[in-house]
Amino acid sequence: MQVTFKIWRQEGPNDKGAIKAYEVNGLTEDMSFLEALDHLNELLVLKDEKVIAYEYDCREGICGQCGVFINGRAHGPHDNMTTCQLHMRSFKDGDTIVVEPWRAASFPVLKDLIVDRSAFDRIIEQGAFISAKTGTAPEANAIPIPKEVSDRAMDAAACIGCGACVATCKNSSAALFTSAKINHLNGLPQGRTEEHKRVAEMTYQMEIEGFGSCTFTGACEVECPEGISIINIAEMNARVAKSKVFG
Amino acid sequence: MKLDAKIPEGRLEDKWRNYQVKSQLINPANKKKLNVIVVGSGLAGAGAASTLAELGYDIKCFCYQDSARRAHSVAAQGGINAAKNYQHDGDSVWRMFYDTLKGGDFRSREANTYRLAELSAPLIDHYVQQGVPFAREYGGTLVNRSFGGVQVQRTFYARGQTGQQLLMAAYSQLYKMVRAKKVEMFPRSEMLDLVVIDGKAKGIIVRDLVSGELKRYAADAVVLATGGYSRVFRLSTLAIGCNGSALWKAHKKGAFFGAPSFTQIHPTALPQSSEAQSKLTLMSESLRNDGRIWVPKQKDDTRKANAIPEQERDYYLERRYPSFGNLAPRDIASRAAKERIDAGFGVGRLKNAVYLDFKHAIERFGLETIKDRYGNLFKMYKKITGIDAYKEPMQISPAAHFSMGGLWVDYELMTTISGLYAVGECNFSDHGANRLGANSLLQASVDGYFILPNTINNYLANEIKADYPTIDHPEFDKAEKEVKSNIDRILAINGTKTVDHFHRELGKVMWQECAMSRNKAGLEKAIQQIKEIRDAFWSDVKVTGDSNELNTELEKALRLADFIELGILMCTDALERDESCGAHFREEFQTEEGEAVRVDDDYSYVSAWEYNNGDFKLHKEALQFEFVKPSVRSYK
Ligand SMILES: Cc1cc2nc3c(=O)[nH]c(=O)nc-3n(C[C@H](O)[C@H](O)[C@H](O)COP(=O)(O)OP(=O)(O)OC[C@H]3O[C@@H](n4cnc5c(N)ncnc54)[C@H](O)[C@@H]3O)c2cc1C
Ligand code: SF4
Ligand code: FES
Repeated sequence: MQVTFKIWRQEGPNDKGAIKAYEVNGLTEDMSFLEALDHLNELLVLKDEKVIAYEYDCREGICGQCGVFINGRAHGPHDNMTTCQLHMRSFKDGDTIVVEPWRAASFPVLKDLIVDRSAFDRIIEQGAFISAKTGTAPEANAIPIPKEVSDRAMDAAACIGCGACVATCKNSSAALFTSAKINHLNGLPQGRTEEHKRVAEMTYQMEIEGFGSCTFTGACEVECPEGISIINIAEMNARVAKSKVFG
Repeated sequence: MKLDAKIPEGRLEDKWRNYQVKSQLINPANKKKLNVIVVGSGLAGAGAASTLAELGYDIKCFCYQDSARRAHSVAAQGGINAAKNYQHDGDSVWRMFYDTLKGGDFRSREANTYRLAELSAPLIDHYVQQGVPFAREYGGTLVNRSFGGVQVQRTFYARGQTGQQLLMAAYSQLYKMVRAKKVEMFPRSEMLDLVVIDGKAKGIIVRDLVSGELKRYAADAVVLATGGYSRVFRLSTLAIGCNGSALWKAHKKGAFFGAPSFTQIHPTALPQSSEAQSKLTLMSESLRNDGRIWVPKQKDDTRKANAIPEQERDYYLERRYPSFGNLAPRDIASRAAKERIDAGFGVGRLKNAVYLDFKHAIERFGLETIKDRYGNLFKMYKKITGIDAYKEPMQISPAAHFSMGGLWVDYELMTTISGLYAVGECNFSDHGANRLGANSLLQASVDGYFILPNTINNYLANEIKADYPTIDHPEFDKAEKEVKSNIDRILAINGTKTVDHFHRELGKVMWQECAMSRNKAGLEKAIQQIKEIRDAFWSDVKVTGDSNELNTELEKALRLADFIELGILMCTDALERDESCGAHFREEFQTEEGEAVRVDDDYSYVSAWEYNNGDFKLHKEALQFEFVKPSVRSYK
């Protein structure tokens, strides 16, 4: 299989960057998309060129480190999938595949396809935890949690922090990411004592980081590999209102 | 040097308490003055960093990923064990201890293994309090399931994403302490050397992976929590960045390496489908609760799985191990799969797989129940293979998965270098020659949260008066210079082959000779071959780009250089051990039915290797079994 990759190359945060085309032969359908890029990088090394910088770690859709725009879509042509889970069988022989980094002011490009997502860590830092210290926990079954409650918390907690929601949003909003975390913790009895503070601080940080506001286009939930629903955002907004009254 | 495991006095049940009673305390005002470096942000690293910070120490925590949340603990699917006996099925700390010791084929310490089981119950309490959404019954209590090698249900899980959920709890707690300014977090930072001053670990050299700059950090103690090194096989269930470099550098500076060759090969990963493949995705062991493993009875059967009638299927695990059946421990299940595949009964395009079938489970429990239990695993399987496993069986195959080996540590988790600790998968401690499923999230967590924070004080209490190490010390100069010259040397080679080329070569040799089954001639040959790969690497590798920039190719090259040396040690270790135990199966030592033959008289010890100028010297820590009598490990 042969394809033409058109890939964003950018030396560093201050470089302007541009798309560069690479024709690649010898790919097979059962290669993953990242393995195709690996293959291209090996060719580049042998041609004495610098490799393309892109990110990944687990390559099984759970660490959230991979993530690029492929033909104009976050994580490529399929809904709810990570870049590392995409395989070349999703493309045709002779295709042109355009690959770009996440585009969002809060995610500056570090090099080529790698962006800086540390803004997410700083949102987490603002209250996405339960303040209890190690060694202070009561018996695990002391507080029964109904299955539905725990399942809903799990749905929200599944977020892998990839940033596709931000990248695909025309406002670069981080509402899906932030709301998922808030609903996970605030939905559980253990998280309830700090619920109002958590909502206020995390949403405040989201603004400071320069993420845009959510206008409910729903683009994010289509690309979210974990299928986090935008209902989470509505729920977060309700919690914000509540935290203003009770917080 | 004589190895002292520092096992406390007393009955097994009392040892940990006895230890704590006697260990030295540090008052809060002094804790503030003490600095600890933690390398790694997985369950072990994040657990240790956050708990030490809560206790008052100043912590610097490092990871190579862009965020602490991506440590490979995130990928664990199946679950975490604890002796809670919630299912009322006769579980207890003792039984869990015994299962673990037996699962490890009596090649771990009784005292450590007992402590692991003892601390398991409070760990579940801890995670529930931190907001882990474990699976629940309708009545609101916690659910359990079974994992391989045990006959009780003691595994707790959060859908198929247990590791992710535990790591999110650990990462949150870590960031709570970042906010409290007690932890400084350094993502995208790779440890490339350890600094030892007057025999004590006092700092590390780190490469900033964005700027390429080499940086020095000093501390009163250093904790390594860098995870497993099975990427030495290249194809494994580990993340691509997982490496053995931190361990290897510590080893070269004097830390002994314990049982380096003990590697777990997981029976249920997705088979390799091409040369270009970069990783093997794991399908959780939990699937073996309901899935049945089989191959056709007829060799080279070309029929589709569903077209093969029941009586022509060989459920070989059920046949060979009737009492454990599909839940036989991993080493046994992997070897049994290899046996069938090598004998020509493999399935799939490359005939390198076996079937894992849910037909009977779906008939029995209904599609919805199976979906509820394993939905996301089936989804993942479909994404990768394009196959719907509700309709036809999965194809699975063994893959390198977990390092039981690691830096040798004593009961306090200290290595043979004073002030250097190893926690989590990167140490050799509790799992012996084979780890039981769902025991390593547990081990990484209790090491980090409960054990280290109660042992490190015993060392640090004597460091309060020591001069605070500074990064201007000549040992820092020396270490940084070495790292720099190593990098420069690699960049200068300008050869004709890529880093991946050499990694593929290394992986092939390791997989062929040092994985599921090993023999003397093969291992001797492997050592020779790896030395050739090493020489070829150092004369013919090509890495483009510079050292003072983000350079992913250089990162790979540095990791591979260490893997190559580690590979030689692994083969040396496997060659030395003339017995079969757990995952270490030496073909010369088996019964007529192909079961392992352990040689307790000669090999009831932990091998601890000392680095000796490119060569390795063996030390032995004899294992004493005071409370349990090692038996023949049978799952029949
Ligand atoms: C696919 C998979 C599934 C698994 N499923 C289960 C399961 O169901 N149950 C179970 O009990 N166990 C399971 N395990 C095993 C278990 O997940 C691991 O043993 C455990 O999570 C290891 O935790 P850790 O904290 O020791 O290391 P990791 O989580 O791997 O963390 C290592 C840390 O070290 C850092 N690091 C590494 N090298 C360097 C360096 N040179 N410089 C700086 N930082 C470095 C990394 O950035 C990372 O932060 C599974 C393992 C895999 C691979
Ligand atoms: S909400 Fe979904 S898309 Fe956004 S970071 Fe989380 S997993 Fe990625
Ligand atoms: S590489 Fe981990 S999610 Fe893609």
